[in-house]
Amino acid sequence: MASIKDMTDTHNWSGQKLVTADHMLFEAPREKHFMTGSEVLKEAVKRCTVDASVSYPITPQSEAAHLIGELWAEGYVGTYFRGENEFGVMSEVAGCAMAGARTITTTSGPGTLRAMENFPQWSGTRIPCQLILMARGINSPLTIQPDNLEVSFMLETGCMIWYAENVQELFDMSIAAFIVAEKPDVHVPIITVVDGFFVSHTRESVMLPADDIALLPYEPYKSPLPPIDSETPPGRFLRDPFVMKSNYISYATHASWQWEVRSAVERSRPYAKHFLKGLVHVTGTPDAEIAFVTCGTASHQAKEAERELMKHGIKTKVIKLRTIRPFPKEELLAELEGVKHIFVPEFNVVGWLEKEVKTALHNNHTAKVIGGPRVAGGMSLPAEAILKEVFEHINVEGK
Amino acid sequence: MAKDSIKVRLPGLGGQGAVTAAHIAATAADTDGYFAVSNPFFGAEKRMAPSESYARIGTVPIYDRGEVIYPDIVMIFHPQVITMGKSYTMPFYAGIKDNGLVIINSDIDLLTDVDKKILADKNVKVLTHDFTRFAIEQAGTELATNMAMLGALFGALGTISKPAIEEGIKDRFLKKYTASGGTATLDSVIEKKFKKKQELIEKNLLTASAAYDLTAAWAKEVGLEPILEPSKHNNGNVKK
Repeated sequence: MASIKDMTDTHNWSGQKLVTADHMLFEAPREKHFMTGSEVLKEAVKRCTVDASVSYPITPQSEAAHLIGELWAEGYVGTYFRGENEFGVMSEVAGCAMAGARTITTTSGPGTLRAMENFPQWSGTRIPCQLILMARGINSPLTIQPDNLEVSFMLETGCMIWYAENVQELFDMSIAAFIVAEKPDVHVPIITVVDGFFVSHTRESVMLPADDIALLPYEPYKSPLPPIDSETPPGRFLRDPFVMKSNYISYATHASWQWEVRSAVERSRPYAKHFLKGLVHVTGTPDAEIAFVTCGTASHQAKEAERELMKHGIKTKVIKLRTIRPFPKEELLAELEGVKHIFVPEFNVVGWLEKEVKTALHNNHTAKVIGGPRVAGGMSLPAEAILKEVFEHINVEGK
Repeated sequence: MAKDSIKVRLPGLGGQGAVTAAHIAATAADTDGYFAVSNPFFGAEKRMAPSESYARIGTVPIYDRGEVIYPDIVMIFHPQVITMGKSYTMPFYAGIKDNGLVIINSDIDLLTDVDKKILADKNVKVLTHDFTRFAIEQAGTELATNMAMLGALFGALGTISKPAIEEGIKDRFLKKYTASGGTATLDSVIEKKFKKKQELIEKNLLTASAAYDLTAAWAKEVGLEPILEPSKHNNGNVKK
């Protein structure tokens, strides 16, 4: 166990040297490791000078929550406790963050839905906390498997939503997420999503900087809202909810604040662009007329399909969306120039990403959008299924 | 023709160490310069319940995730996978690719004539061997069955070295490792059995190595074509 020291200008309480996010993400030398998504999240949190974490077990995020607890026992995380249930956890996260603590938690599927009321409350109070969402199917019938329908419930909570593709991205994104969420002109919660099991339990190689460095601490007094100030909105909203009085001032206050939260999410773009090296990543043939628009594990499966289709002489490209809120509309449209067919492979029955893509394209682009292939309930999406979908929709000579 | 990447499906029963075997297989392949990924398939965690894991190995980056639906190799850890259908896919070889390989841990031949015809038509080679007895003979415990299966896989592949397997086994048992409650309990049972971790590792290595030799000889005898192309050492490992 690391001994707990006083924070200095150069070192945090566990003795790690304080560095900027740029140094952590782009400059510090890295070494190769071989680990799961749950394990890599521990490594990320270890390097983030995290003040507080609250947990509650639910598959597939239990291991990640447990490992953050180990970090607390080892002296890296300021405080850590188990909530009564997910509603309790998300409320307690709000309390920690309002008090000025850099706070992280994790949940999955039914846990997310149980805590639902808290997410718009988080964004409304402009706390920059981070939720690691390890997507799992929503009951019932019971499933513990990866299905990302739950993400559709989060889209309009006013939180930023980023989607990591694999173990490496989970590490880099969860570090950058704190920094972007804490920017004074952004200062909204961030939800970093990965697909459960496909990332949380998959063991693969990952490049990590040394663990003797950590992010500079969160500075709550740079926040647009002073921590726990009951006299200034939104603290005032919570204690003395004048918006509950039905008059035009209250309506206007509520409406303008809702717009402000969404504007804050939009203001995260330049920061996200810098730390994520772009809001979309493209692989495959740049001038292909067939594109896959994807997020998370679907990006991996589409890349596998892109490689196979190339063997058949069919050029495609994969446009991976790294942020869902803000939605990278301009970047997507730019990458879709010349594209005639768009496939949106997804791990859910409703096709929420297809709807997002179609909304972005409406009156802006003429490509045909094919919402599929889709699997759900935890099924895997093999490249073979994507190829079948492509062959069914595209007339390929000799096929 | 040897492929640039292969997918291995390892169905077994809870407690047999199929997840550990996939983990070590991927670590060993990574050590030898391949791109490698391993993952379990999760249901409720119970001894003797179906448990499946997967390893993907290649000389190209591996994007595919999740369940292996179209495997090149299927490793059956327990006869009940076949006889009682304790498998996530039925029949156990569903989706197997042409020129593939099936290794079955059983003391008797469990394939029907229909199974044999289907597999022969796809030029899939089958090795049935009692790897549990083999593990008892080599390590003195049936808990080393997964090491025998691991060695058997690499003996048949022939492209991943014994030192890399050793590295994989050491990595799994010497590093601090995050395991579920059930796995942690089994780890402590086997540790007590061998008193010392070093002895555990040596017995595991011995078992894996002997199984490697066994399937390498079998592969030669039946004329098994190379399944996975040799490593290109292009996965970013620093050469030692």
